Amino acid sequence: MTATATAPRRARNTRSGIRRGEALAGWVFTLPVILILGVFLLIPVLMALWVSVSDWTGRGSPLSANVGFVGLQNYAAVTTGDGLATRDFGTALRNNTWYVILVVPLQTALSLFLALLVNGAILRGRGIFRTAFYFPSVTASVAITVLFLFLFSTSGVVNEILGAIGITGPNWFADPRGLLHILFGAVGITDGPAVLAEGDFLGLSWWNWLAGPSVAMTVFIIMAIFTTSGTFMLLFLAALQNISPEVQEAAMVDGANAWERFWRVTLPQLKPALFTVLTLGLVGCWQVFDQIYTGTRGQPAKTTLTPAYLSYDASFLDQDWGQGAAIAFILFAIIVVLTIFQRWALRDRPVSARRARQYQLAPRPATASPATVAANQVPSPPGPAQTPAADRGDDKEAKP
Amino acid sequence: MTRHSRRGLLGAGALLVTGALALTGCGGSGFEEPAGTGEAGELTSSDEAITLLIGTSGDAETDAVTEAVAAWSEESGIDAEVKVATDLPQELSQGFAAGDPPDLFYLAPEALAGYAGNGSLKAYGDQLENKDDFYPSLVENFTFEDEFYCAPKDFSTLGLVINKGLWDAAGLTDDDIPTTWEELSSVAQTLTTDGVVGLGYGWEWQRIGTFMAQAGGGLVEDGTAIASSQENVDALTYVQDQMTAGTFAYAQDVGAGWGGEAFGKGQTAMTIEGNWITGAMTNDFPDVEYVVAELPEGPAGKGTLQFTNCLGMAADSGNQEAALDLAEYLTSTEQQLAFSEAFGVMPSIQSAADQWTSDNPDLAAFLAGADYAQGIPTYDGTADVITDFNSELQGLKAGDPQQILDTVQSNLEAIVS
Repeated sequence: MTATATAPRRARNTRSGIRRGEALAGWVFTLPVILILGVFLLIPVLMALWVSVSDWTGRGSPLSANVGFVGLQNYAAVTTGDGLATRDFGTALRNNTWYVILVVPLQTALSLFLALLVNGAILRGRGIFRTAFYFPSVTASVAITVLFLFLFSTSGVVNEILGAIGITGPNWFADPRGLLHILFGAVGITDGPAVLAEGDFLGLSWWNWLAGPSVAMTVFIIMAIFTTSGTFMLLFLAALQNISPEVQEAAMVDGANAWERFWRVTLPQLKPALFTVLTLGLVGCWQVFDQIYTGTRGQPAKTTLTPAYLSYDASFLDQDWGQGAAIAFILFAIIVVLTIFQRWALRDRPVSARRARQYQLAPRPATASPATVAANQVPSPPGPAQTPAADRGDDKEAKP
Repeated sequence: MTRHSRRGLLGAGALLVTGALALTGCGGSGFEEPAGTGEAGELTSSDEAITLLIGTSGDAETDAVTEAVAAWSEESGIDAEVKVATDLPQELSQGFAAGDPPDLFYLAPEALAGYAGNGSLKAYGDQLENKDDFYPSLVENFTFEDEFYCAPKDFSTLGLVINKGLWDAAGLTDDDIPTTWEELSSVAQTLTTDGVVGLGYGWEWQRIGTFMAQAGGGLVEDGTAIASSQENVDALTYVQDQMTAGTFAYAQDVGAGWGGEAFGKGQTAMTIEGNWITGAMTNDFPDVEYVVAELPEGPAGKGTLQFTNCLGMAADSGNQEAALDLAEYLTSTEQQLAFSEAFGVMPSIQSAADQWTSDNPDLAAFLAGADYAQGIPTYDGTADVITDFNSELQGLKAGDPQQILDTVQSNLEAIVS
């Protein structure tokens, strides 16, 4: 082992032979991308990081000598105290959290459902449906926002349709009431219990945190699901096409019904795609900006304010560039933490005892024919006793 | 493996160093150290061309300003260019950050404090030859920390706009035009029918603040926040009562984007709007006849709000003398009247008032408001406080006026001190 490890190292050190200059060539080939990413991505990010801990006011270069280091003051301004800046940040965080909670699962479920539909071999005109479902994703979000502003206006199409079936539609984009508050109100709870109304986090009482997305925000939620599920459908579709039909057939031979085949066979194989979709969805949802900028600018009653828009507002409109950058980095931290959590939640796990028990051979019934016994034996993952070895075996199965 | 990552680090380090070098290299041209300060004093002078960045209300304004600047250019021999911004605050911020701002630009009073505070602006107000001709309330609107920063380019006030057709149909005459709150509520009630609300306005301080002014309140007085005063509570309570009765309503609640739209569509019989409504009525609702009256008096007399923009000057401008000359030219009596004719604004100078009133007899009520109008306070962070106030006002119908105003008070105190 040691001999084989040292030999190539020495060869690399002397840099002789035909491999000489390969490293240089490698750098030369990657240099354009490194430069482009560096200038347009890495350096701006680092400069923003600097701005978030500086007292730069937006005049001249943030790197000039008269810009001072202020530590975490900008971060403190938006996260501590009960001033307007903190309350705005809390409100924005509240709005976006509800947005994420609703959009991410719904868009994932919808896109998976659509992918399964258009993946089916029996569907006629699959191409048309695939294009149709994907279409909203290629349309500019600004255009769709404007369209939704019309659709959901007080006398818009949506309210006309609701009116036709006898429902008075809300004044969508002007309704700041939270959905959960409306629900609570329907059962007669209009003020939170003292314990919720008193305590607060980021300048917002717990009762207000529980408001749910406002009616106006709900429109953006519907819009996000509508526009993004096409893209994610495509990711799921690609993964579905990768699943070999043999596995499905084997499951059929084992007597699995359609639901079991989806739940036990297809879905586990889609795990990598699922992780991608959830991560992309999460990142996109926390960064929602253009719909807000074109649509409502945080109105009504700040219920469509999002941290991304607040960051823009603080920087460009209020000249509080440090605070704006600080908000952006807090947002970054939230996204990273949630992605790590999700990676942890979707990790490959050893087969649980409960699940393993389902595969264990039942005591052989007296009437069983040799064929049924053989069928029962086919899917025989290792029992719980063998967990360490089982881990690896299971891993391999989950990642095709 | 370790070797590989060490190399990677080395690479990243090299990249950082190159990047930093590249950036500091840029310092020679793009990121010059800001030279001027906000202090009044010597103006820079050169033969550099100057740029005017405007946020335009439409083609009429763009054409009129371009024409005026071209005429000035001809006269002074200095090249000047008009640039139209699609998003003025953003483009201004970019200009200041890059150290290459436009020489003159439209500037809103709520943005004044932010830019003046970071030294981006040149305070040139006291050097204007026609300084004393501007309305005092406008000068006050562009004074930050006792310095008059920039020349108000024009202004607007709010008045009571009445739908003539609905007014006559309800059997009301010119004598019924309300002059007090009581009369306002009674005509609003008369005008309220199925599908029409008596008085409609946008759900913001920028409209409801007129009632606060009429009650003798406001946001800031003599450097003290007075938002939670009893006068303001009375004003909001009055508005709230009327809205509960259904005779007043937010334009947004009847499905319009702003007061003028609801008014033009006939959803409201009266509205509180500024003189810009004339343009909207001509373009979008040419068939609706309307009259403009002064807003009724409240318990403390007349009150309205004014809105204005000024011609801000960049501290980093290379030719401030020419910029000052252009600002004087654009605010001259002759030009002000020309602009007024072209795109319906009111002149910011008193010497044009008589001519304007005789040219626009129907709109005289708007100009009359100049005598008692309140402007937006010019403290750093005012815009945020007002945005927050507006978000509270949107729930006024079910809200508690005192509680809403207490929040505004504490927000204001944080920035006024």
